[in-house]
Amino acid sequence: MKRVFRRYAFALIAFLSTVLITLFNREIGMKTFIIAEDSLKQMLGVLPPVMLLLGLMDVWVPRETMMKYMGDDSGFVGIAFAILIGSLAAGPMYAAFPFTLVLLRKGVKFSNVIIFMNAWCVTKIPTLIFELTALGYEFTMVRLLMNLPGIILMGYLVERFLPRDERDKLYMDAEKIQQQSG
Amino acid sequence: MGMTLILYGSAFVLLMVSYGKDKNKTKKAVLKAWKSFENIMPQFLGIIFIIGITLAVLRPEVISSILGESSGIFGVLLASVIGAITMMPTFVAFPTADMLLKNGAGYAQVAALVSTLTLVGVVTFALEAKHIGKKAAFLRNFIAFIFSFVVAAMIGMVLGG
Repeated sequence: MKRVFRRYAFALIAFLSTVLITLFNREIGMKTFIIAEDSLKQMLGVLPPVMLLLGLMDVWVPRETMMKYMGDDSGFVGIAFAILIGSLAAGPMYAAFPFTLVLLRKGVKFSNVIIFMNAWCVTKIPTLIFELTALGYEFTMVRLLMNLPGIILMGYLVERFLPRDERDKLYMDAEKIQQQSG
Repeated sequence: MGMTLILYGSAFVLLMVSYGKDKNKTKKAVLKAWKSFENIMPQFLGIIFIIGITLAVLRPEVISSILGESSGIFGVLLASVIGAITMMPTFVAFPTADMLLKNGAGYAQVAALVSTLTLVGVVTFALEAKHIGKKAAFLRNFIAFIFSFVVAAMIGMVLGG
């Protein structure tokens, strides 16, 4: 019980702050609740099925397969897969986080994990469609042409600047979580 | 709505196929799915209120008045910071960006905003660090922040002025 309370303390504080704001400024407070409700609905629309797909990928795709196609020696194919999986995704940025643990555990090259995350953020197909309809062809195309090489470069930069021991530790920690969950 | 249907539908079908092939593996997959979901919840429930407060305070008219074409590099910087600290779903972000452009914001500034909105997440930083570590999460966000200036410059050159 105490553990649950500690884990949810931040959420509780955020909620109480909003209640407090509402007491002082009804308009901003109510608007906050409406936006929070929208975000919650949006989350329920995508997160549960996306997490189920992640769970299925975790148990059905063997580590060897992932390493072969996205591991240290996967080269261009690994990059292509990282961008492809990220682009086919659905859901906000934070929905990508649980995927990173699975990718690390399956021995995916670190730059490819980052490329996947950034692809999830910018080259995701639903995102591109929204951008196209709201901001037009030229804006979307220029941004996409910048983003494609950009996310690859950023993946390599993060891997390059992250200390080796730190990276090894991430792979080891991801492994440990695997053992805990059986 | 369509997307939700596709997602729930494909998750359901694949789950059934998986169950037909191997009950135990499927149970394990569902358990893992629940764990990943529950892992996000505590922070997510806090984050939605913070997003709500920032969006309720920062109205589009306020933002576009400070991000005009003449705001130059300072405007680009400010837009990047606003984009990094706020978080909104893409179906809100892009129409907002369009509204900003129509209200007189510059192309480079809006590009910087859109770029950091999609790539950089200050509110979700703690959650990200929980999954890929503080250092890697910092590096990813920082490099993406810098990259947004390049995108802003390019869009400004092609579409602006």
